[in-house]
Amino acid sequence: MATVIKDIEIQPNIPISVLFEKHANFIKEYGQKENSYEYGMTDYLRVSGMFWGLTALELMNTLPKQSKGEIAEYIKNCQDPESGGISACLQHDPHILHTLSAVQILCIYDNLNAIDLDGVVRYIASLQLSDGSFMGDKWGEVDTRFSFCAVATLALLNKLNAIDVNQAVEFVASCKNFDGGFGSRPLSESHAGLIYCCVGFLSITNRLDVVDRDTLAWWLCERQLPSGGLNGRPEKLPDVCYSWWVLSSLSILGRLHWIDAEALKKFILACQDTETGGFADRPGDVADPFHTLFGIAAMSLLGHESVQKVNPTFCMPQHVIDRLQLKPQMMID
Amino acid sequence: MSDCSSDENENDTILYRDRPEWKDVTPLKQDDGDEPVVAIDYTEAFEDCYDYFRAILKKKEISERALELTKTAAQLNSANYTVWQYRREILKGLGKDLNEELDYIQKVILKHSKNYQVWHHRRIIVEWLQDASKEKYLTETVLAKDAKNYHAWQHRQWVIRTFKLFDGELEYVDTLISDDVRNNSAWNQRYFVINNTTGFTDEVLDREIDYTLNHIKTVTENESAWNYLRGLLLHGKEGLSNNKKVTDFCEELYKSGNRSPFSLAVIVDMCFEQLNEGGGDSRYTPQRAKELCEELINKYDIIRANYWKHMIEMIDKTMKDENIESSN
Ligand SMILES: [Zn+2]
Repeated sequence: MATVIKDIEIQPNIPISVLFEKHANFIKEYGQKENSYEYGMTDYLRVSGMFWGLTALELMNTLPKQSKGEIAEYIKNCQDPESGGISACLQHDPHILHTLSAVQILCIYDNLNAIDLDGVVRYIASLQLSDGSFMGDKWGEVDTRFSFCAVATLALLNKLNAIDVNQAVEFVASCKNFDGGFGSRPLSESHAGLIYCCVGFLSITNRLDVVDRDTLAWWLCERQLPSGGLNGRPEKLPDVCYSWWVLSSLSILGRLHWIDAEALKKFILACQDTETGGFADRPGDVADPFHTLFGIAAMSLLGHESVQKVNPTFCMPQHVIDRLQLKPQMMID
Repeated sequence: MSDCSSDENENDTILYRDRPEWKDVTPLKQDDGDEPVVAIDYTEAFEDCYDYFRAILKKKEISERALELTKTAAQLNSANYTVWQYRREILKGLGKDLNEELDYIQKVILKHSKNYQVWHHRRIIVEWLQDASKEKYLTETVLAKDAKNYHAWQHRQWVIRTFKLFDGELEYVDTLISDDVRNNSAWNQRYFVINNTTGFTDEVLDREIDYTLNHIKTVTENESAWNYLRGLLLHGKEGLSNNKKVTDFCEELYKSGNRSPFSLAVIVDMCFEQLNEGGGDSRYTPQRAKELCEELINKYDIIRANYWKHMIEMIDKTMKDENIESSN
């Protein structure tokens, strides 16, 4: 039977280099118009949005419009004094996703003392359940993304001992599937984004022994399609954010070279918007800061000399991870 | 990144600032820092609704009008998790009929089926009600449009496991696989059901191997089915290379001229298993594995050439180690 592969076709006139200046402007302008519709529409993800934009700028060696103090002030106001957690924006409820993003931003600007750190630690610890898993907020949604957020936040604060790490590992290990991948919960389908969360989690907790290294790495490199792009699950379309999730996981597993780097670079370059700047999920779609960060970060892992080195576990500039003296586990041979 | 689509009450266009029942509330403008307000290009309804939303959220008002306002706020931006959290507090505070809430959230899910918040809201309401009778049907409706929707599968697995609704699930999975034999979510669900019910007994394994091989026969380039087959064989005693049904099938396929990379990959791994563990099947030699790797590198799976080069290295390394061992 003929094979029909779900994929896209790359047009011949794609940019051949990274349009740094355009991307920097794109990020700086994005969300600056506070009364724009987009701004109001995205307040529920503001702090994470700040992390995507600011990290992308830092990786491109560009300073943001706002000062370090302004950024810290904003985050400080998003911290809930009672629970200690950080919300997406003022008056929203705290959530673990934004708590991690806030801590990542403050680490990048070496400004952790701007917030109540004991509060953050207390908040993360309060979200762990008896099976080791983590809730995203007090409403109880559980998945492996939150396990990653919990240990990444605590590791950045050097406070991993505030939670039951062994039990947390047990939960993540229980989400490993027969194909070597990981899903959101036990026996949920393998998914590249969740694989990144689980592999990153195991790298932070120094427990990569849980992984079936080559089975997983093969599954990950099976994500590469003839267009060069990577998808997140079998029979799905390629997407720039998966370039990051698959590549960072392969980097941690020491198997980055198993994919065709040149073909992937071509796909990522094709996802740039030559007019507005920024990267879209796939060629021709609308660019956004989320895919822009992951496009730039993927280029860093692929060794682009004009992008700062990124740490595959934390998705933060390597010099920041070095300054914090963190050494997340990596497999090498 | 954000989704915004109109809802059934879209002709309900009276702005909150023009409604008499909201006269006592002072809308709270978005205030997020020092940047001067530049252009006003919010859509009016969005701004109007969220100004009032912020105002009543601040007072934590529990009232019918607040409940109604969260509906509009959710309609304007269903991914705003605070809206849903607040809505639940109001539902509880007013002691509302949760079955009505199920009907409402079903409509929202059918419009915004890739949104974490709406599914989570659904789950909490089902938990409060302890009634999961409508959940399978809801997820089937969503999966009929997008058979790989991760949220729908997650919800379905939760419901099935929590309320013990495994009956008929394997049949449902079978219809999905018949519709699209490459539906990885469906193959995963097959594993989920068996793992949670009969387990992989010899009998079940035998049945599942037949089932999978039959489906591979129709479409050989199918990563999901081949992975499922490998997953099954992890439960058997014979490993990958000693199950006669499977080895005969692969050899038959190869002889017919089929060069699906997934099938070649399995033969390579069979050879490698025999090299490591012995087994004495003369069809599975390291030489054959290396030849197949070369074919994959040069012809059938060029994009993953480095992976196949790695396999050749592993085979060479194992052979060398064994030579050293046998000469000692
Ligand atoms: Zn994406």
